[in-house]
Amino acid sequence: MTARNRELFGLIPASLLVTAGFAAVFIQRSNALSNISLTYGAIFLGLCLAGHVVIRATLPYADPYMFPLVALLSSFGIVMIYRIDTTDARQQAQWFVLGLILFAATIITFRDYRKLERYRYTIAVVSLVLLMLPRLPGLGDQVNGAYLAVHIPGVFEFQPTEFAKIGFVIFLASYLRDTREVLVQGARRVLGVTIPPLKHFGPVLVIWGLAMLILFALHDVGSSLMFYGALLAILYVATSRLSFVVVGVLAFALGAWYIGAHVPHIDARVQEWLHPLSPKLYSGTVPGVSSYQQANALFAQAAGGMFGQGFGQATLTIPGTSHQLLPAPSTDMIYAVITDELGLFGAAAVLIAYLMLIARGFKTAVLARDSFSTLLAVGLSSVLALQVFVIVGGVTRVIPLTGVTLPFISYGGSSIIANLVLVALLLLVSDRARRPA
Amino acid sequence: MNAPIGRVFGFIIVLFALLIVWTSRWTVFDAKALRDNPLNARTVIDEEKIDRGKILADDGTVLAKSVPGPDHTFTRTYPTGSLFSQTVGYSIATTGQDAGLELSDGDYLRGVNTGISAILGQLGGGTQVGDNVYTTLDPKAQRLALSLLDGRDGSVVALDPQTGAVKVMVSLPSYNDNTPNANCGAPGCKENDATQAFDVPGSTFKIVTTTAALNSGKFTPDSVLNGNSPLTVSGVPLDNDSDTSWGPQTLTVALTNSINTIFAQVAQQVGRPTLTEYMKRFGFYSKPPIDLPPNELVASEPWTPTTPSHPYPPGSPNEDIGRIGIGQGGLLVTPLQMAMVAATVADGGKLMAPHLTDHVVNPDGQTIETIKPVLYSQVMKPAIAQEISQMMRKVVEEGTGQPASLGGLSVAGKTGTASIGATGSDLTEPWFIGFAPAANPTIAVAVTIDQTHGGYGGTLAAPIASAVMKLLLSEHG
Repeated sequence: MTARNRELFGLIPASLLVTAGFAAVFIQRSNALSNISLTYGAIFLGLCLAGHVVIRATLPYADPYMFPLVALLSSFGIVMIYRIDTTDARQQAQWFVLGLILFAATIITFRDYRKLERYRYTIAVVSLVLLMLPRLPGLGDQVNGAYLAVHIPGVFEFQPTEFAKIGFVIFLASYLRDTREVLVQGARRVLGVTIPPLKHFGPVLVIWGLAMLILFALHDVGSSLMFYGALLAILYVATSRLSFVVVGVLAFALGAWYIGAHVPHIDARVQEWLHPLSPKLYSGTVPGVSSYQQANALFAQAAGGMFGQGFGQATLTIPGTSHQLLPAPSTDMIYAVITDELGLFGAAAVLIAYLMLIARGFKTAVLARDSFSTLLAVGLSSVLALQVFVIVGGVTRVIPLTGVTLPFISYGGSSIIANLVLVALLLLVSDRARRPA
Repeated sequence: MNAPIGRVFGFIIVLFALLIVWTSRWTVFDAKALRDNPLNARTVIDEEKIDRGKILADDGTVLAKSVPGPDHTFTRTYPTGSLFSQTVGYSIATTGQDAGLELSDGDYLRGVNTGISAILGQLGGGTQVGDNVYTTLDPKAQRLALSLLDGRDGSVVALDPQTGAVKVMVSLPSYNDNTPNANCGAPGCKENDATQAFDVPGSTFKIVTTTAALNSGKFTPDSVLNGNSPLTVSGVPLDNDSDTSWGPQTLTVALTNSINTIFAQVAQQVGRPTLTEYMKRFGFYSKPPIDLPPNELVASEPWTPTTPSHPYPPGSPNEDIGRIGIGQGGLLVTPLQMAMVAATVADGGKLMAPHLTDHVVNPDGQTIETIKPVLYSQVMKPAIAQEISQMMRKVVEEGTGQPASLGGLSVAGKTGTASIGATGSDLTEPWFIGFAPAANPTIAVAVTIDQTHGGYGGTLAAPIASAVMKLLLSEHG
């Protein structure tokens, strides 16, 4: 069977899932099975087929599993959001359509994605500007103490970090392809530690500074971790030097510790992380600190148990009121809702689906025939993996909770569009890598 | 570059493994602690979403039921209002307040004990439906008892002596269990005085003293003692009612006329260890073995005259054993305990553990549990119970308990008129305990009115007992 036919068959489970999911929501809502669920399933299948046709026409050799996995995660996301808020789900469906259009546009525009290398500094600067937009007066919007979104009332709202992450990965992959030889060969060893020449290491330091800036100016621990983690992954693959990673981690930890101690918002998040069940922090009697969300994320998971309460059964608001028991259920907290309703098994299944997608990304990196392609695939896969880790790790209290979206699943236009573009780039790399010589 | 790619991917697998481990920590390993955390509002909301079962009387009258509220929640209503409030109790999911049978039968009512089909239904996302609890309570007799108390503070308890089934459990002051948090106008109105009061039993306790005297073999109903008044007991003179000096009398006559000085001597001669042993057999010194929450039960036992007062250790040498023998001397009891005393004599010396729950029916209509009678203790030999029963019949036929007689039906009983005020005050607590029909008892009662000015058990409590027993006997044959 050809790769494309495999992809086509792979879309069937996703379509079944979205149909079954909507059916479950309808049954739960009104005790009646409406054929709207079939309609939604059909529409979704149609959209995925359109995406598939674009890939079939342009990227015949691309990895056959990535797109079905993305379709699966997205359809699961739309069903989850629909169960939480029907209006949001309709919007999310529109964002998904727009995302697919940009997905197709990316594939068609960047058939030869290696020309991206030529614009690497432009891409880096644009990404940097995007990143700092939320800090601009009149544009920025402080949400829970962090500057995460650009907000023009009545026009649009978007989260620039979602797009900037792709830009930075392109820049880093391109830059390190050029300098990786010099970084290693020009390095001296001092006390067994490889120290690269400073002038080539400069841009790496810039990225470190950028991560610190994100922390300091945007108060966004999640994005900072994501960007920096992707940098280290690309750097490590480019140079094979673990010492770079170790030094990088130490530098990040040191900077994060210093900034954390001086930015009250970050310190508050750490306090909430360490003591989510403290009655004082929970009730918000300490100014600027509230562990309500973190604690309720844990309570929601506990309510789910091994197998979950059942689809549509999670308690999201206090009965008879609209007071949210779990703040941001369709965005930051969607993993907690998934665990509540589908249990440990459902949540683990979602994580494994991500891991399979990420595995395909790394497989692409291995198959790629040039360094830029390899580093790009590593960077894109890593940034995706780290985004999942940052938000799920926050919800499960592995690390402090910060607001990034769960890729493809969380409600949010920027997230779904940016991540579809990310997958489009991976598919482009994959098509070139798997093309018969 | 392939080896580092593998390592990066390996590291990501480790990160994801951490996520799964932490998820299982909250969903499985720490789940119980998180669910029980007082900050967790979900626990309360989940309670609200349970369609608790009904609580019903023995004739099917609904005493408590769930009505649907917003967002698939339920609230409880109590159609009989304050009639059964102290016994049925209340359950408010939003505040986690539970009392009475709502609390002690909570597992049935919430459906925790329901079978596999209900659990499967719940996995499918349905509402958790509880089981219906049928009680032994008789609404007609309960209503009659309440009306006969006529607004006076006091209690009426009626038991089936052969099974321990509680037919009536009334106490005033009361409250409406639809609004348990409203001010009910009197201190202690939410307490179930039938099981939580500290009442002075007075002469009704002479049944316990008599049991110890006869069953220990130290006395017979015909033993003769000097009934003159006053008698110095523990250094303080003890009077008979109206200070009557009865001269030498048998125990039967002494019980019929409730001669204090004779029973004080009996108690002293029986001795502290033996009397304490019989009290324990009757259930004194421990909370009554009934299916109500432990915090709604108190033990019946003697209390010290000190401030603050505390229970004497059982058999303490400081007890005024002579006065305890006539139901004074710091002895404080619950009406339920005194009903258990009457029921024991009625059932040939066997004390059956009292119970309010009769059977439990699941939502499909199947009876999943029937409460069987449980023997609490064999207090005395059946022959001794027979003798005491005869003596108690005389109380009603010829003595202080005559107002309790039911035309044509023999009643056995014992009156009590406890002095409860300071020395010289006329405050009394009238009592009557007894059972009917005397030959083959099916009902045992205890009636008390908390406080009267000089009122007697025979005139105030006995008629209530008589009317309640008459109704119950007419209903149940």
